[in-house]
Amino acid sequence: MSQILDAYRGLRLGDRWDGAPTVVRWAVMLLVIAFAFYLPYLNILPFAYIRTDLTSSGSDWASVLFLVVVYMIVAVGLNVVIGLAGLLDLGYVGFYALGAYSIALFGSTNSPVVQAMQSKFGLSEEWAVPFAVCIPIAITMSLIAGVFLGAPTLRLRGDYLAIVTLGFGEIIRITARNLDNVTNGAAGITQVPVPPGPEIDGRAFFNTIDAERWYWLALTILILIIWLARRLEHSRVGRAWLAIREDEDAASVMGVAGFKFKLWAFAIGATLGGLAGLLFGSKQQYVEPNAFMVNLSFLFVAMVVIGGSGNIFGALLGAFLLTYLPERFREFVDWRPFAFGVALVLVMILRPQGLVPSRRRAREFEDRRHEAEEAAADA
Amino acid sequence: MPDLTTPSSANSDEAVGLEDTSDHDLIEIETSGAVGETLLEVDHVTLRFGGVVALNDVNFEIRRGEILGLIGPNGAGKTTCFNAMTGVYTPTEGKIRFKGKEIAGTKPHKINHLGIARTFQNIRLFPEMSALENVMVGCDARHKSSVVGVLFRSYRVRPTEAELPESGIRRSLAKVFGVSRHTLEERAGRRRSMELLRFVGIADRAHELARNLPYGYQRRLEIARALATEPELICLDEPAAGFNPAEKEDLMGLIRRIRDLGHTVLVIEHDMKLVLGVTDRIVVLEFGSKIAEGTPEEVARNPKVIAAYLGEPDDAA
Repeated sequence: MSQILDAYRGLRLGDRWDGAPTVVRWAVMLLVIAFAFYLPYLNILPFAYIRTDLTSSGSDWASVLFLVVVYMIVAVGLNVVIGLAGLLDLGYVGFYALGAYSIALFGSTNSPVVQAMQSKFGLSEEWAVPFAVCIPIAITMSLIAGVFLGAPTLRLRGDYLAIVTLGFGEIIRITARNLDNVTNGAAGITQVPVPPGPEIDGRAFFNTIDAERWYWLALTILILIIWLARRLEHSRVGRAWLAIREDEDAASVMGVAGFKFKLWAFAIGATLGGLAGLLFGSKQQYVEPNAFMVNLSFLFVAMVVIGGSGNIFGALLGAFLLTYLPERFREFVDWRPFAFGVALVLVMILRPQGLVPSRRRAREFEDRRHEAEEAAADA
Repeated sequence: MPDLTTPSSANSDEAVGLEDTSDHDLIEIETSGAVGETLLEVDHVTLRFGGVVALNDVNFEIRRGEILGLIGPNGAGKTTCFNAMTGVYTPTEGKIRFKGKEIAGTKPHKINHLGIARTFQNIRLFPEMSALENVMVGCDARHKSSVVGVLFRSYRVRPTEAELPESGIRRSLAKVFGVSRHTLEERAGRRRSMELLRFVGIADRAHELARNLPYGYQRRLEIARALATEPELICLDEPAAGFNPAEKEDLMGLIRRIRDLGHTVLVIEHDMKLVLGVTDRIVVLEFGSKIAEGTPEEVARNPKVIAAYLGEPDDAA
């Protein structure tokens, strides 16, 4: 008996999960999801310590949860680009900004674009593009941006791609700051619309006070996205990405259209980035260029890398840690960059493949390390 | 002129150490043309890298249904010729036509879709994928599901009786809504990949990572992966490199069985015994030029070929 137990313990979590009966898997999944939805109300004592609003200076717990989930969407999207397709994208904040700005530009009465439309078509001053229409606009804009950025640059490999995307992120932010008569420049756009919903207690369903509703909305979207992303991973698309990552030339000779699949990875990543930006902008009800600084891009990449690239659950963990911990320990706010730096260095030294890497990724890292060591020994 | 309609020598199919593959369910590939007609034509191809002439006015054809050997000493340009045919290099001069269509300069993956597959001299598998997954990447080349189709299972097809789930709600649902093409392709790809692994004789380690397979298995896995793309022409680049005589014997049997499935085979090889034993015709390259072409017997007797392989006798100079 104990031998069986030992063997069971020896299995990695993933194996145990794959080996579990379908009923168990569904039950566990539903429990986790139910718990996630319950989180904003968490008040049972030992667990309540994870809340961020225990002191008066703490941040609103539900708002933190919302931000965590938005960044999780970002991490899942970036994981497709970095973890699956192996493309280093350092300008992901550009897509995030595009999503936020799309909803602001078309949905806010405060936006010069909407005001121009009002005067051109003789519409009332309260008119703006309805929220439901803004969603496809935002998604399409970020998708197109992804394709436009990807089409010329995905022919580059490695570091060159990183540099170009880094530039892209900055271009979006600087453009937003300087195009005064389109984006209101540095002043930003206010009155960004929120999703429609029934009024409760005289307040709109999605308002600035009841953040848990935003959290539930984002969480629902996140679950859908994870479900779709896993479909991709376990299909010919996921195999093509892996093949490209491992040996692009051999993949091409085996009939894998490398460029096409890389572009798809980029477009999918861009779309998810835009979607996250849309949620963020809508919740803030205010969009300004300084919310999309380049260091946010680095934070996004760090989430995927620290969590473990190639593995959705690694990326989720990375997003959670890097968003939640700084909020939970706000009293040490001055130490934040220091702690972040130390954590990053430690992870890179002790566990370069990330905290919960995909097994393949972990082995790829191991191989590269051996190659480097052999090269060093030769020299 | 060899008789292309029958296998060149039926006696050597008694392969040693291979699984019995006579009962495989591999469907013979569809061929759109007659056996013996020109499949691929290398038409006066010259390839220069700067001042180096890698191929000089090379001219030969591959006929449908044959096993053609491409031989020559080291550095003769065999692999370069291969690379030009599979889209890795574009010829400086001359044309390469596949089924009458010019293919020089076409992207490698498009050439694969046209029906040419290859293996590599220095094995290039996807090391972190299992053997089965490696072959499935090959199968994917013939699959049509798009990214959108994979995401939303939007492309439905009416399943045949055999493809329907066995029982219950799933069966009824599949009858009403059809089955997504992605699901069917994934299932078919998995099954076909297993069959191919069985065909090349390495099915016992299908779920092992390619990097952990022994050398001989890796070589065969490359062949299975290339076959998975359903090529009309399969090019094997030194498939016997590093093999012992028994393994070479196996390989000869395998190459013949590949041809018997309906594929045309081009094989680059150093080992004269293997080439002479398995091929219908042979093209000999030396220093980037063709020096001989003909049946194995003709080539083996050709003084130029003997000189190229053994060196000129001293008194000839």
